[in-house]
Amino acid sequence: MIKLQKLNKNYITPDSTITALDDINLHVLPGEIFGIIGKSGAGKSTLIRCVNLLEQPTSGQIIVNGEDLTTLTPGELRRARRKIGMIFQHFNLLSSRTVYDNIAFPLELSSLSTQEMKNKIMPLLELTGLMDKRNHYPAQLSGGQKQRVAIARALASEPQVLLCDEATSALDPETTNSILQLLRDIRDKLNIAILLITHEMSVIKACCDRVGILENGKLIEENEVGEFFAYPKTETAKNFIFSSLSQTLAPTLQQHLLATANENTHPVLRLWFLPDTANQPIISQLITQFGLRINILQGNVEYIKKHAMGIMLVAIDGEKNQLQAGIDHLKRIGVNAEIIGHVTNDIISFI
Amino acid sequence: MSQTILFLLFKATGETVLMVLAASCIATLIGLPLGILLYVTRPKNFLENTYLYKTLSAIINITRSIPFIILMIAVIPFTRLIVGTSIGTLAAIVPLSLAAMPFIARVVESALLEVNKGLIEAAMAMGATPMQIIRKVLLPEGFPSIINGLTLTVVNLVGYSAMAGAVGGGGLGDLAIRYGYQRFDIQIMLITIVLMIILVQSIQYIGDFFVKRFSFFRA
Repeated sequence: MIKLQKLNKNYITPDSTITALDDINLHVLPGEIFGIIGKSGAGKSTLIRCVNLLEQPTSGQIIVNGEDLTTLTPGELRRARRKIGMIFQHFNLLSSRTVYDNIAFPLELSSLSTQEMKNKIMPLLELTGLMDKRNHYPAQLSGGQKQRVAIARALASEPQVLLCDEATSALDPETTNSILQLLRDIRDKLNIAILLITHEMSVIKACCDRVGILENGKLIEENEVGEFFAYPKTETAKNFIFSSLSQTLAPTLQQHLLATANENTHPVLRLWFLPDTANQPIISQLITQFGLRINILQGNVEYIKKHAMGIMLVAIDGEKNQLQAGIDHLKRIGVNAEIIGHVTNDIISFI
Repeated sequence: MSQTILFLLFKATGETVLMVLAASCIATLIGLPLGILLYVTRPKNFLENTYLYKTLSAIINITRSIPFIILMIAVIPFTRLIVGTSIGTLAAIVPLSLAAMPFIARVVESALLEVNKGLIEAAMAMGATPMQIIRKVLLPEGFPSIINGLTLTVVNLVGYSAMAGAVGGGGLGDLAIRYGYQRFDIQIMLITIVLMIILVQSIQYIGDFFVKRFSFFRA
């Protein structure tokens, strides 16, 4: 369990004070994956490094496993850190040790016997799928395998808390998915609290239970992941969600997209469905109620937890005032509709 | 070549090997911990102590600035205190060790600077003590670079040992100066130089062997 209370962190430079973290309050429960998303420079790294005091906060409480870390002596802090696992963007494995010996590292720190170590390491090799790689050196492994070793190493001392500092940012999408799947498995099997930071919405979508948005050192929004995607409260949240849902326009369409309309063009509308509207027959409403003709160019509907949401690009043919009425109707029922350009009718056919 | 010359060459080689070997060992014994101390007390490192770092650093720079031949004479009282005499091969080992110590300290410091900082951070996050970080992270990860640096030092010591003649230390360099240079004996000059080349090549070969042996895990 992780509980941050009134956490502040300032960096003092000769001519100014920079606020890196501003009154952060956060609670991560056992068996929960909490994701913090933010742009670079938002303070994500500082925040996660404060949780095991790699970074000393200016003020506030950091309660991990029921202990306020800020009040501990150096020796007590070291003991507390042994119950906090951490993985990093660049893995940070010892290149001079094999996979097995890397996982043994945290156990050596608390001077376990060779047999005791083996009893702990073998199940971890099994869990992370590294059994056949146990005598390899990190240089012989792929990025995904290295992160698996790092995860096994972080779990060796049986922590109740796991911190993930951009753990998938150096990995390709497929490997990222397998690492996120592994984190979920670990959460389910070991019931530990996982705090991860990322700049990728896909990571939040794929693996988190709850999410917080960090902006300029402030936690500006916090919610359960499904609710967060369904009902974003802040502009930043909306931008993050939008960028994660939007697909890039097909190149052929992009080429023919004009900024201004003329008598030979049709408007291209981007419809952003939030959960309440994603299951309504919007297209048929536009056709039947407003007499518009619709040509679907691109579409994408996703399910996040129990919520459906998506983005659709359509070209529209119809009377100008009917079109405006249609757009107004969409906005009324909560569909975010925006004209993003125009295409000429030799590209798009309505016949 | 006369029996005497052969004996001189043999003796000189032995003296050089003894001086270089003993001085290397003594200098490493003190220079290595000194280098580690320099590294860990550096600003932003895990036992940061700017005052200690700057003091040590200054002392090392000063020692390294003194020409070896002057250092050797200057430390004569100290040498006499340690080995009981100020002349001879044993006496030459003292200034040689003193000259190599700060060099090794710097070499070790820069070898450790090459170790990925992320590893130290990871070890700290796992609750490692400073001593555990040094023993289990810094030294094993920096080992090949340290060996590289030590090889460099030992080769330098071969050069320094040539000046040991000034305190009656003997050795190949001294032979080359006294017989080869001062008595215009080209033959002895060439032989001593070839012997020194062989010595330096062997040291480099052994150093490279260990670096390679302990770097096989690197990409």
